[in-house]
Amino acid sequence: MSKRIDVKDLNVYYSKFLAVEGVNINIDAKSVTAFIGPSGCGKSTFLRTLNRMHEVIPGARVEGEVLLDGDNLYGPGVDPVTVRAQIGMVFQRPNPFPTMSIRDNVLAGVKLNNHKISKGEADVLVERSLQGANLWNEVKDRLAKPGSGLSGGQQQRLCIARAIAVEPQVILMDEPCSALDPISTLAIEDLINELKDQYTVVIVTHNMQQAARVSDKTAFFNIAGTGKPGKLIEYGDTPTIFSNPAEKATEDYVSGRFG
Amino acid sequence: MTTTSLTKSRGAGRAGDKVFSAATLAAGCLILAVLFGVALFLAIQAFPALVAPADKIQGGEGFFTYIWPLVIGTLIASVIALVIATPIAIGVALFISHYAPRKLASGLGYVVDLLAAIPSVIYGAWGVAFLAKEISPAYDWLAENMGWLPIFQGPASATGKTILTAGIVLAVMVLPIITSLTREIFLQTPKLHEEAALALGATRWEMVRMTVLPFGRPGIISAVMLGLGRALGETMAVALVLSSGALTASLIQSGNQTIAAEIALNFPEASGLKVSTLIAAGLVLFVITLGVNMIARGIIARHKEFSGAN
Repeated sequence: MSKRIDVKDLNVYYSKFLAVEGVNINIDAKSVTAFIGPSGCGKSTFLRTLNRMHEVIPGARVEGEVLLDGDNLYGPGVDPVTVRAQIGMVFQRPNPFPTMSIRDNVLAGVKLNNHKISKGEADVLVERSLQGANLWNEVKDRLAKPGSGLSGGQQQRLCIARAIAVEPQVILMDEPCSALDPISTLAIEDLINELKDQYTVVIVTHNMQQAARVSDKTAFFNIAGTGKPGKLIEYGDTPTIFSNPAEKATEDYVSGRFG
Repeated sequence: MTTTSLTKSRGAGRAGDKVFSAATLAAGCLILAVLFGVALFLAIQAFPALVAPADKIQGGEGFFTYIWPLVIGTLIASVIALVIATPIAIGVALFISHYAPRKLASGLGYVVDLLAAIPSVIYGAWGVAFLAKEISPAYDWLAENMGWLPIFQGPASATGKTILTAGIVLAVMVLPIITSLTREIFLQTPKLHEEAALALGATRWEMVRMTVLPFGRPGIISAVMLGLGRALGETMAVALVLSSGALTASLIQSGNQTIAAEIALNFPEASGLKVSTLIAAGLVLFVITLGVNMIARGIIARHKEFSGAN
């Protein structure tokens, strides 16, 4: 239930503006990969190309290939809807559907495409997903209450439960802790550690300690200046990137001497 | 530093605050006062008709017998208008907000707003001079094939000046109101929620159903109520289009009448108790509108917890 991602020579454009240039990266299955780098370096943009979410913005397009276990996400006839069902995403700000109960939030993705599910199956799935997101004990008595009534950290874990309920191959996380307090952040980090037993996890983070704590491999993105495209500078095992990077720019960034 | 420096405040800034708060309070009170004034006027003027002996009222059987066919007629015309206009308006609004390319969307939005600016007498003229004529063959067909339904019972009106035609004209009139309001609501759906749906593998339509429509629900209800308000009170278009008469179940025969059109057509020649009767009819219309709005508020409030406002 997890697949690897191989990216070949990927360029990302917003209309004519080249936002990310020439990314080559191989992301292993059942591992946590962290993307770090300064603001505006294109790491979130790149992350969103991994499940074709960047296409939501008019004019966004890519050149190159993203292979999910060998299948090109950008091949002819590939439906972005199918891609997104296999590659889940957790966003920067918790975004449970405010008009749905906690239970319906978890089931939201499962019920898509007219997929019918019996009440018994649904109950099992809701419990399993919430257990998987370490949220079950906190919400089991109020599954019918709206998801927006939970705390920020709980909402984010609800979003993770919603993402894993559809049993994706890969989970993308776009700065999932940036709106959370340290305790909630810790809860999410613990969860990421558990998730990698079953899923391929890719996480964008501004917090270098977080990258060091949760990830197996780290990719450092940088940008030469305003208006220039973001590039992948260095990619390697997390301990290497943080203690013995090959590139000067990486060392400056992880040691805080950046800019 | 002494503590007195804390008790002093910047005079000018505070004064601005006070002026603004007084102004908003006054505006709020004014609305209530106007509403109360209208209700009071209607009640006082209508009083003679409400207590008059039955045989003095038009029709000779008391106020209630006089008013209830008008109430039913008003409701029929408005319901026809909403049943036709609401789905179309929501469809057009969704197309403008979520489907159309940006350039087309702004042009289309502008045209819809223009529709709202057309005076009602023009809609009425269009209804009587064009629509009624063109639509009467369809009424004949309905009478022939669906005549077993009481609402399509024949013989159909030869002129096409029926309550159904009036309802269709009203639908065209309320369409731009509902469309432009719901469009604004749909555009306010948080990007975050739309992306959440898409990231789960939702198609565009599923995204709309999961996020845009539930988020916009209170707004849709409010928009429909505003449309209903216009349909209930619309005078000129109905007065022109409808060839009025006694209450009939059939929508394709001439007959039926709405309160607003009844008042407009009879007021110029009315005097004495007749005036009171018409004003009492206006009071009834006022109460209906008020009731409809309160029901709508109730529906919105019942789902507050899930509204997305928290």
